[in-house]
Amino acid sequence: MSDSLYTQLLDVTCGAFLLAAVIVLWRRELAAIVRVFALQGVALAALAVLLGAHEERWDLIGVGIGIGALRAGALPYLVRRALAALTEDRQGYATGGTETRETQPLVNVAASLLTAALLTLLAYAVSRPLTDLEPTPATRALPVGLAVVLIGFFVLVTRRRALAQVVGFLLLDNGITATAFLATSGVPLIVELGVSFDVLLAVLVLQILTTRMREAFGTTDIDDLRELHD
Amino acid sequence: MPHLAAGATSSALLLAAPAVVPLVAAGMYALIGLRASPPVAVVPPARRAVAALPAGEAPVLVAEAPGPEPVVVRHPGAWATLVSPAVILVCGGLLAAAVRYGGALSAYSGLLRADALTAWMLLVVGAVALISCGFAPAYMAGEQAAGRATDQSLWHYHALVQAFLAAMCLAVVTANLGVLWVAVEATTIVTAFLVGHRRTRTSVEAAWKYVVICSAGIALAFLGTVLIYYAARQAGIAEAWALDWPTLVARADRLDPAVTRLGITLIVLGFGAKAGLVPLHAWLPDAHSQAPAPVSALMSGVLLSVAFAAILRYRVIANAALGVDFTRVLLTGIALLTLALAAGLLLAQRDYKRMLAYSSMEHMSLIALGTAIGSPLALSAVLLHIAGHGLAKSVAFCASGRILQLTGTVRIGRVRGLLTRAPAPAGAPAPAGAFGLAVVALLAFPPFSLFASELGIARAGFAAGTGLGWVTAAALLLVLIAFAALAARTARMLLGPAPAEARPTGSETTTVWPLALGLAACAALGMATGPLTDLLHAAAQAIGGH
Repeated sequence: MSDSLYTQLLDVTCGAFLLAAVIVLWRRELAAIVRVFALQGVALAALAVLLGAHEERWDLIGVGIGIGALRAGALPYLVRRALAALTEDRQGYATGGTETRETQPLVNVAASLLTAALLTLLAYAVSRPLTDLEPTPATRALPVGLAVVLIGFFVLVTRRRALAQVVGFLLLDNGITATAFLATSGVPLIVELGVSFDVLLAVLVLQILTTRMREAFGTTDIDDLRELHD
Repeated sequence: MPHLAAGATSSALLLAAPAVVPLVAAGMYALIGLRASPPVAVVPPARRAVAALPAGEAPVLVAEAPGPEPVVVRHPGAWATLVSPAVILVCGGLLAAAVRYGGALSAYSGLLRADALTAWMLLVVGAVALISCGFAPAYMAGEQAAGRATDQSLWHYHALVQAFLAAMCLAVVTANLGVLWVAVEATTIVTAFLVGHRRTRTSVEAAWKYVVICSAGIALAFLGTVLIYYAARQAGIAEAWALDWPTLVARADRLDPAVTRLGITLIVLGFGAKAGLVPLHAWLPDAHSQAPAPVSALMSGVLLSVAFAAILRYRVIANAALGVDFTRVLLTGIALLTLALAAGLLLAQRDYKRMLAYSSMEHMSLIALGTAIGSPLALSAVLLHIAGHGLAKSVAFCASGRILQLTGTVRIGRVRGLLTRAPAPAGAPAPAGAFGLAVVALLAFPPFSLFASELGIARAGFAAGTGLGWVTAAALLLVLIAFAALAARTARMLLGPAPAEARPTGSETTTVWPLALGLAACAALGMATGPLTDLLHAAAQAIGGH
C-alpha cells in the first residue's frame, strides 16, 4: 500500500474513532450510545489492522481482529444485555423509559459538545512532546487517542446512569488502546492479553453490580447512591 | 545482576509458588463452591429487612430477629486457607535469605524477578494474610450464625480471597511493568464482590464506587505505562525488554524527559488511586467500611502498599531520567494533601471502621512523604512503616469486625466502655483489648515499630534541607491532629462510661491467636529488626537509597 493511501486511511480511521466518542456525548438513548460504542470498536480494530498491514506484521493484524471481537462484539453485547435486563421487568410501568435514557446529565448536551472540543484541543497541546519525539503519520494522529481518553473521563464524571458510566469507562479504555497502537504499534502480546481480560472481567463485574443496584435501590441513577458519606 | 546459577529450577519454583499456590487454592474453592451450590439460591429472609436499615446502622441487629435456629458449624475447608499464607511466608523467607545482600533472582525469561524489595513485600503480604486468614473462620462463623452468609457464599468468599492473594503476589514478584499493571487491576476485580458481598444498599454503593474509581484511576496508570513503553522503544530498547524494570532502570538516562514526565505523572496518579492517595481516594473509606473485616484487613494492610510498591519501582526510573526533584515535588504535594484530608475527616468521624480507613490514608501519606524525601534512612523507614502499618491495621480491622458482631453498631457513640463494662459481654475483652493495642500501635507509641519508622521519616525530613524540613513540620502537625482524633475516639469506645442497656451478644468464638501474633510481630519489629536488618537495607538500596 502506498504511503499516501496509508496516511489517508489512517486519518479517516482516527477521525471515525474520535467522531464516535463525540456522538456518545451527543446521544441520550443508552441503546444508541452502545451502538455507537460498538462502531468505535470497529474503528479501533481497523486501526490495528491498518498498522499491521503497513508494517507487514501478521501478529498485529491478529491482535486487531481480537480487539475487534472484544470491543465491537463482546463488550457491547454485555452492556446491551444489562440494558435489556433493566427494561424487561419494567414494561408495565412509566419508569421503564427513564432507565434507558440519560435524562438529566450533569452537563447539558450543548455544553458537553463544547467541552469535547476543548478537551480535544487540550489533547493536542499535551501530546506535542509525544509527536515531537518521532514524527510519523501514526504519532501525528496520537492526540486523537488522548482526546478520547479525556472524553471518556468526562462521560464518566458527568453521566448519572450506571450503564452510561460503564460506557465512559470503556471509552477511556478504547482511547488508551488507540494511543498504544498509534505510539508503539501496541504493547507486548502478553500485556495486551492481560489488559483485554481485565477489561472484560471489569465489565462483567459492573454488569452484575448494575443488577444488584436495581435490586437494592430500585433505580440505576448514580445520584441515588448517597448512603455513604462523611 | 548476579543470577544464582545453582538451582535455577528451585528459584523458578520459589518465584512462581507465591502466586500459583493461592491461585490453585482459589480454583479448588470455586470448584467445591460450584458443586456444593444448591439448585435454588437460598436468600435468607433477613436480607430484605437489611436493605431497609439506615446507613450508619450495621445490619447485625437482624441477627437477633427470630428465625430458623442457626447451626454454627466450623467450615471444613476453613483451615486450608492458611496454606497459602504459609507458602507465601516460606517463599518470602527463602528469597530473603538469597537476596538479603543485594542482587536478584529471576526466572521465566525475566518475567518473574525477586530482589530485596520483593522479598520484603512478600513477607508483609504473607504475615498480613496469615492474620486475616487465621481470623476469617471465626468471623465467618459469626456471620453465618447471624444469617448473613450461607455455606455457598463461604466457598465464594474463600475462592475470592485466595485469588486476591494470588494477584497481589504476582504484582510483587513480576519484573514486567505491564504484568504489574494487569495484576493490580486484577485485585480490583476479585475484591469487588468481597466489598459488595452483603448486597445491601450501602455495600452495593461501596462496590460500585470502588470498581469505577479504581478502574478509571488505574487506567491512567496504564496510559502512563504505554507512554513509558513508547519512550523506551524510542530509546532503542527491544520490544521484549521495553517494560522490563531492571532494563529500564539501567537505561533510564536515555528516555525522553518530556514523555517520561507525562508518563510518570499519570502513573503516580493512577497507582496512587489504588494506594488511597489524593485525588482518586474517594473509594477507600466506603470500601474499607463495607468489606468483611478480614478483607478490610488485607486491603488496608497490604493492597495499599502493594500498589505503592509500584510507585516505588517507577520512582527509580523517574529519578534516573528526570532527576530527584520531579517525583519529590509530586509526591510531597500528594502526601500533604492526603494527610490534610485524612486528618480533617478523622476529626469529624463517627464510624469506627471509617475511622480506621482514614487512618490508613494518613499512614499512606506518611509513606509517600518518606518516599519523597528519598534518603537511605527515609526509604528504610518507609519499608518498615509498610510492614508495621500492615500488621497493626490488619489486627485493628479484624478486631473491629468482631466488635461490630458483638455490639451490632459501627457508631462510635454507641460503643462505649467495652473494657469497663461490668459484666463484660461474653467474648468482648479480647477483641476490644486487641483493638485498643492496635490503635496504640497506629498512634506510633513505642514499643511498636511505627514509632521507629515515623521517627525515621521525621529525622530524614529534617536532615534533607529547609524546604523538606518545613514540609515535615507541617506533616507532623497534621499527624498530631489525627493522633488526637483517633486517641479520643478509641478511648471513648473502650474506656468511656458503659451504656445503660447491654445488648445480647452473638456467638462467643473469637480467635485470639492471629491478633496476638500480629501485635507481637509489630512490637518485635519495633524493638529490633534482627535477621531482617540486612534485607531492609538491601531493599532500601534496590529502590534508590544509595
